[in-house]
Amino acid sequence: MMTFIYQLINGLQVGSIYALVALGYSMVYGIIMLLNFAHGDVIMIGAYTIWISITAMGLHPVLAVLMAVVICTLLGMFIEKVAYTPLRKSPRISLLITAIGVSMLLQNLAQIVFGANAQTIPSIVTAPNITVGSMQVSVTAVITIVVSILSMLGLTFLVQKTKMGKAMRAVSEDTEAAQLMGIHVNHTISFTFAIGSALAGIGAALYCCAYPQATPTMGSMLGLKAFVAAVLGGIGSIPGAMIGGFVIGIAEALVKAAGLSVWADGVVFAILIVVLLFKPTGLLGRTMNEKV
Amino acid sequence: MLTVENINVYYGNIHAIKDVSFRVKKGEIVTLIGANGAGKSTILNTVSGLLRSRTGSITFLDEAVDHVAPHLLVAKGLAQVPEGRRVFLQMTVEENLEMGAFTRPKSEVDAGLQDVYSRFERLKERRKQVAGTLSGGEQQMLAMGRALMSKPQLLMLDEPSMGLAPLLVEQIFEIIRELHQAGTTILLVEQNAQMALSVADRAYVLETGRVALEGSAQEMLNNDQVKKAYLGA
Ligand SMILES: Nc1ncnc2c1ncn2[C@@H]1O[C@H](COP(=O)(O)OP(=O)(O)O)[C@@H](O)[C@H]1O
Ligand SMILES: [Mg+2]
Repeated sequence: MMTFIYQLINGLQVGSIYALVALGYSMVYGIIMLLNFAHGDVIMIGAYTIWISITAMGLHPVLAVLMAVVICTLLGMFIEKVAYTPLRKSPRISLLITAIGVSMLLQNLAQIVFGANAQTIPSIVTAPNITVGSMQVSVTAVITIVVSILSMLGLTFLVQKTKMGKAMRAVSEDTEAAQLMGIHVNHTISFTFAIGSALAGIGAALYCCAYPQATPTMGSMLGLKAFVAAVLGGIGSIPGAMIGGFVIGIAEALVKAAGLSVWADGVVFAILIVVLLFKPTGLLGRTMNEKV
Repeated sequence: MLTVENINVYYGNIHAIKDVSFRVKKGEIVTLIGANGAGKSTILNTVSGLLRSRTGSITFLDEAVDHVAPHLLVAKGLAQVPEGRRVFLQMTVEENLEMGAFTRPKSEVDAGLQDVYSRFERLKERRKQVAGTLSGGEQQMLAMGRALMSKPQLLMLDEPSMGLAPLLVEQIFEIIRELHQAGTTILLVEQNAQMALSVADRAYVLETGRVALEGSAQEMLNNDQVKKAYLGA
């Protein structure tokens, strides 16, 4: 029972990171129908940013995290402008291939600059565990879950209530009609990348709390799992991405709790296959109900 | 208000609009009528800046707008209610209207909403409802209300009667008359020539991407060719 609860907390911790990353996939897919495979690598750059900020620049961990958020945001917007905007009118497959290309570029660039070996990131959170009854709960887990939930609440407010958030939804639903409303589509898309990448920056920091290492390929697996979370929730759906993230995190943790750690990754992709077979639109995927 | 001169629009190799010219004067209702595929929507989308003409010029409020981006044209006072309404189905009625006011300062949005709600009471009742749950007629009203939110100088309507029951078509045209009386300049695209000519001041008849005929609405109603091809007489 104890292990079960520990694993559940673990699952929530990892799941909330998946959820933050999944949001980036889902928002970008929602607005330009692109599976942005470079998204995971933006997180990798975020992790290296934290590493450099703390070890080389001697910044306070909190400043290092802010730095990561800023760098990820700028990088996301830069990738969108340089790699995706010129292909706005091209077939979607070109866009997808470009995204994979950007992903490989970032990984190889990181390998040249930082080397292939893992770099150890100093602890970001240094506080003793919290004791609840007879249990020791890690502060990192609590902070991760709280920060993720706050970020998601912030995002929900942004998307539901602000003018820019509403414009994002309008462009996602019908780009041409949005233009006829006077919405500047390029700005809106750029803004969406900024928000998705900022969440990736936060995700990078939280991920580094759980696994204090940076490697050039660290974004691949994290990105893939978050992508599965986004598909499970219904790609394009913001609440879907959040739910999908938690489900994947918890599923993975439970598999580990059952003593089947080697199967944890396998289970995630089994979920992907099951979703694609039986409910390709995901849990909260859009169903189009156009009226004539 | 709007002068379109000698435009040619292509979809890849398809030459959809051939040497089309027309004008809309302040306060007028001008209608473009023509069969399905004649090029009506293509013309509106070119005026809106979503498509570009290879030749000629488009002047709106004495300014050349051939290369102005669509979202800037809205700010200049041009609104289009697109074919098939294209309301944002997953957004509420009120959010749809707010999107219509995207180019307006925040302080004007409330007044705009009140104005639209007083014109379309149905929308007021359903303001918190998602647009996807509205009937076709209500969606058309929402699309029109949404366009009015931008306080347009020129309102372009693309087949507002499409797919609606006769009673609703009457209602929509009644609204068009009211808007006209309130001073709105309107460019109306229709397949329903009878209805369109009954409200319009002037008309252009479009055939396979060309202007085949033009004149006052009255002349068109009495024109034998028009009668035969479009009025079912
Ligand atoms: N997106 C498109 N791609 C290629 N051809 C198109 C496209 N849209 C319209 N067309 C063609 O352009 C012509 C004019 O279409 P359209 O402007 O939609 O006519 P209307 O609105 O009068 O029914 C038609 O022959 C149509 O097939
Ligand atoms: Mg049409």
